[in-house]
Amino acid sequence: MFLNSNPQLNKNGELHHLLSIEGLSADALRHILDTAQSFVGVSGHEIKKVPLLRGKTIFNLFFEPSTRTRTTFEIATKRLSADVINLAVNLSSHAKGESILDTVANLAAMQADMFIVRHASSGAPYLIARHVSPDIHVVNAGDGRHAHPTQALLDMFTIRYYKQDFTNLRIAIVGDILHSRVARSQIHALTTLGVPEIRVVAPRTLLPTHVESLGVQVHHDMAKGLKNVDVVMMLRLQNERMQGAFLPSAQEYFKFYGLTADKLALAKPGAIVLHPGPMNRGVEIDSDVADGSQSVILPQVTFGIAIRMAVMSILMGN
Amino acid sequence: MKIHIKSGRLIDPASNSDALQDIFIAAGKIIAVGSAPVGFNANRTIEAAGLVVCPGLVDLAVRLREPGFEYMATLESEMDAAVAGGVTSLACPPDTDPPLDEPGLVEMLKFRAKNLNKARVYPVGALTVGLKGERLTEMGELTDAGCIAFSHADAPLTDTQLLFHAMQYAATFGFPVWLRPQDPWLARGGVAHDGQIATRLGLAAIPACAETIALEAILLLMRETGARVHLCRLSSAQGMDKVRAARQLGFDITCDVAIHHAHLSEMDLGYFDSNCRLTPPLRSQRDRDALRAALVDGTASALCSDHAPVDDDKKQLPFDEAECGATGVELLLPLTLKWIEESKLSLAKGLACITSEPARILGINAGRLVVGASADLCIFDPQHYWKVEPTALKSQGKNTPFIGLEIKGKVRHTLIEGQVVYESK
Repeated sequence: MFLNSNPQLNKNGELHHLLSIEGLSADALRHILDTAQSFVGVSGHEIKKVPLLRGKTIFNLFFEPSTRTRTTFEIATKRLSADVINLAVNLSSHAKGESILDTVANLAAMQADMFIVRHASSGAPYLIARHVSPDIHVVNAGDGRHAHPTQALLDMFTIRYYKQDFTNLRIAIVGDILHSRVARSQIHALTTLGVPEIRVVAPRTLLPTHVESLGVQVHHDMAKGLKNVDVVMMLRLQNERMQGAFLPSAQEYFKFYGLTADKLALAKPGAIVLHPGPMNRGVEIDSDVADGSQSVILPQVTFGIAIRMAVMSILMGN
Repeated sequence: MKIHIKSGRLIDPASNSDALQDIFIAAGKIIAVGSAPVGFNANRTIEAAGLVVCPGLVDLAVRLREPGFEYMATLESEMDAAVAGGVTSLACPPDTDPPLDEPGLVEMLKFRAKNLNKARVYPVGALTVGLKGERLTEMGELTDAGCIAFSHADAPLTDTQLLFHAMQYAATFGFPVWLRPQDPWLARGGVAHDGQIATRLGLAAIPACAETIALEAILLLMRETGARVHLCRLSSAQGMDKVRAARQLGFDITCDVAIHHAHLSEMDLGYFDSNCRLTPPLRSQRDRDALRAALVDGTASALCSDHAPVDDDKKQLPFDEAECGATGVELLLPLTLKWIEESKLSLAKGLACITSEPARILGINAGRLVVGASADLCIFDPQHYWKVEPTALKSQGKNTPFIGLEIKGKVRHTLIEGQVVYESK
């Protein structure tokens, strides 16, 4: 009951860790997006590096496997000229029974400046942030079902890039909201940035109770959920949810909630389609849509590097 | 040893009496209240002006962690903690390692506890062997060894037929069955109440219907078997409504509430405070208010500490990996006083929930301040503030959601059978 002060901020109210979108102001989000904008150009330079974090050591601490997020963090780190060390902890010390805090203490003793953390348990980065010394920063790269703030930020960047203004948009998030850290972070980001209408579209088994309390409208029917939206944000359906207690089969899921060209036609003309990847083609999204003109899935990945550069440089005080 | 407790505010919840009276103790018993018996010469006089003198507390759930979990706590540390909290009688759940499923284990526990000369220990035996939910324990032998009831602690009991038979068998001999209602399937994998906070934090949820479905099953099986049932640590408003309705229909059923659930809600999880990882989960504020109301109207008659010392290694983990439970036996009195004050109850009425009422549920002769009763007493300063911090707790478990809180009510003396077993400096 005494852990209620926002652990992301330092004594001066500045962003010290990035653990969740929740609790960040619209200004703070816009500052990250603006900073990322300045980094988009770096990737086009002949020398794709800026010396902002030269001499800093950043640990990619992944307690759960990841390819895309880890790689984009690694690239972002290198473009900021920091040293990056990749640790797949699920394959090493954690498997030998070392506790998460012991692992972190050992790495901190190697003069780490920042930890990029992914963990299967919601809240794990908070535990780490509470126990590291005050000069170390923690970035949540996905914790359980709780949050994936850099993913949500790159989604916001993508939406702003294509649609400019958040305050006149209608957005649908489609898929497994219940188990999705991406959806939770997206919802917080969209509400904070002033999107007037956010819809979630899913069967009841894939929606958390009280999801409306996050500020969204609930739809179970794709046709109604996608009607006149400006942005469609698809979620990945994990393999283990496809058959059994949550859904009868991948085929039936595709029938009701798979994004096809027909369903997308119900959205506004020029609506964009996002997906955090990796995609299950033919399960949550049809290839025609994934590779179609309204898809911005590959730009998302490119912007992801700029967003992660922005987050890291802001946390480090640049 | 003759003791004169002088000028204290004597409260006997069972008779709803509350008056400034002296109390006189000899040969382990209360021999007079009010004026001294003729020829009484005290060996010791305890000055109790400004203090409350009440029956020693009776706590329905204190984990002593022995046998098996000595790395978390020991009998010595937890018995010290109990008397420091004013607790003179306690029931310990069977969730030890091995569980309390054999008479030898129970006898050993009773023997070791007795030698410490602290609180009286009343073991609750395991309902099934190893708490595995497969075979009945030797309830008769366990009762002879000292078990006062049988429970399944927090272990899942998925086999309803086995529960049916366990209740039938217990009913045959009149052994009480203590159950914490929770459907193991609906609770599977869950770590927090199925509400707004779990949704926000992305924690796997346990719906309130996990409690009510199990409760309905227990009530139906009670009717079929005639078993005597006490329900442990209810957590939901709907659960309390069911118990209230059942009691109105004539069910002879009792229930208790854990002190954490009387004060906290899902909101207190904050940013994944693993001290709030409890079984059952902390539910909504509405549920908490319903639990408090049930304690006032008598639907629930006892508050327990649900004391569960956990070592740091098991708590300094992500919320869903952290061990359930919180230390509490030393906080039972001050947190009960806080509830009494907030609920605007009389001290006598409120203290009944931690003295006479749990004694009645246990079926023991305790929790009363009357001439002839064993002198098990708690003398406390109701106005003394202290801060909950690790150094202030005798329990080896320092994990509690209340850490850092200033609370009111400090035990000054604890007496068992007329002996001072604890006094604070």
